[in-house]
Amino acid sequence: MKIFSFRKLNNSVMTLSMVMATILVLVPLGLIFFHIMKMGLSSINLDFFVQIPKPTGETGGGMANGMAGTFVLIALASLIGLPVGILGAVYLVEYGGTRISAVIRFAADVLSGIPSIITGMVAYAMLVEPMKGFSALAGSLALSLIMVPIVLRTTEEQLKMVPDTLREASLALGVPLWRTSLKVTLRSAMKGVVTGILLAIARISGETAPLLFTALGNQFWSNKLTEPIAAMPLQIFTFAISPYEDWHRLAWAGALVLVTLMFGLSLSARYLGRTKQQS
Amino acid sequence: MPQDTQPHKWKIENGLNGDFIFKGVTILFAFSILAILLLMLYEMSHESLPAIRKFGWSFVSGSEWDAVQSEFAALPYLYGSVVSSILALALATPLSVGTAIFITEIAPKKFGGLVAALVELLAAIPSVIYGLWGILVMAPWLQKTVQPFLIEHLGFLPFFQGAPYGVSMLAAVFILMIMIVPIITSITKEVLLAVPQSQKEAAIALGATRWEMIRTAMLPYGRSGILGAVILGLGRAIGETMAVTMVIGNNPQISLSLLSPAYTMPSVIANEFAETTSKLHASALMEIGLILLAVTLVINVLARLLLWGVTRQSGGNV
Repeated sequence: MKIFSFRKLNNSVMTLSMVMATILVLVPLGLIFFHIMKMGLSSINLDFFVQIPKPTGETGGGMANGMAGTFVLIALASLIGLPVGILGAVYLVEYGGTRISAVIRFAADVLSGIPSIITGMVAYAMLVEPMKGFSALAGSLALSLIMVPIVLRTTEEQLKMVPDTLREASLALGVPLWRTSLKVTLRSAMKGVVTGILLAIARISGETAPLLFTALGNQFWSNKLTEPIAAMPLQIFTFAISPYEDWHRLAWAGALVLVTLMFGLSLSARYLGRTKQQS
Repeated sequence: MPQDTQPHKWKIENGLNGDFIFKGVTILFAFSILAILLLMLYEMSHESLPAIRKFGWSFVSGSEWDAVQSEFAALPYLYGSVVSSILALALATPLSVGTAIFITEIAPKKFGGLVAALVELLAAIPSVIYGLWGILVMAPWLQKTVQPFLIEHLGFLPFFQGAPYGVSMLAAVFILMIMIVPIITSITKEVLLAVPQSQKEAAIALGATRWEMIRTAMLPYGRSGILGAVILGLGRAIGETMAVTMVIGNNPQISLSLLSPAYTMPSVIANEFAETTSKLHASALMEIGLILLAVTLVINVLARLLLWGVTRQSGGNV
């Protein structure tokens, strides 16, 4: 038996390269986490959660208005995007012919690959220009455009998994199709649908580009939906590119909060998805 | 329902009940996806008309971008977008495919699952946080160590000339690479998982080593799927805005050197669109957006068509 063989060597070299590739992919992830934790934890304090940003030059301050703004934007975007995504998916599964469903599914996939800054420009053309001003509404519209294809696709996958026997049982009892869809089909797919919603919210909560010229950002509290509104990702952007140490500190703290929020959402989505598969 | 014995009455009731309305609403929402796409194309083309009329083809061939003189041409931005994306893709593809192979074939199942989950976490981090890390951690590191090293040892090449700024094309390429690795990896993983077991066993039975099995049985089988994943990664890289804007230096110049600052299409939109000085300025930015939209549409359609067969086999969650 040959102990040394070119083929075996080649195999080992390639295996080693795969391992190296994986390490190279994971190193930046580790570094990013390390820095967010290190810089974020040393910068975060109570002020961060209750104060608004201080003017340039003054130390301290927080991102309270950004957090509230992000919450408002997400809520409004969900209000627009969720019904469209979920009921659109109901159409694809319950009514749509295979061809038209395929076209819409394809369009949703393509739409989710469009750069998010484009949705901001579209929202600008649709709302900011006619209303002559940046507003929370325009920001939410831009975010909802990102949300719809994600929610539609995940909801559709979940509805497809509901067994037809359930629908037939309901219809046989004389329940109209629309009530069957809402009360039987959607309800039995609820966990999966919620997973999709959480993932969509996680995705939009960190979006910055579509908000740059729709929600614009706000140094202060805003109390109208037709006014510019602050958002955490926007504040992180502004603070990160500023030359001030103290603002960098705020940006890191903001990053920590945002990442925690998003991983919380992703993990709960993952958890919901998993318990569904097991049952 | 007892009324069902009377067909006529049943028909009227059927017309009036919620089914009709419900179906109408769901149709409306489902088709809104197509409407959104068309609306995007319409709004963007409509808004960029003034710039298209004024500049014509010189918009994509010239390099003068001057809001004061109302001269707009976008070549430096096109150049920056294309170069940064292609280079990032060239770095990310081998890493991603390697990681996907590691997850599916080399690592023990549990550990592979852990790596896959970590890579997905990487995809969940918002762009602006990559940018924050890029500008405050990576760019200073590049400026202090990597760039001086490149200048000293490879400075005779046109790609590594100039002063070490930190924020540069190189920084954008690195940050883009980190950002598109997750998407290429996770789709390639799905593609590799869809390779039939019998194919792999056939290769092993013929005496192939593990790498030979991967090279001869798995990669050719998943070729179109992997290509789709790579193209999808390209689409992501071209449209990536925040992180690139924060690390590329935002200087509209066409320079071979990777160490000098550059500018991309999404970055100029991000930086200037909220504060345009004239209608024409806004329109020129819209035209850049339109180009971006057209490019990413083509890329995404292409990628999805390539992935179509694979997604149908594995259940569609790609």
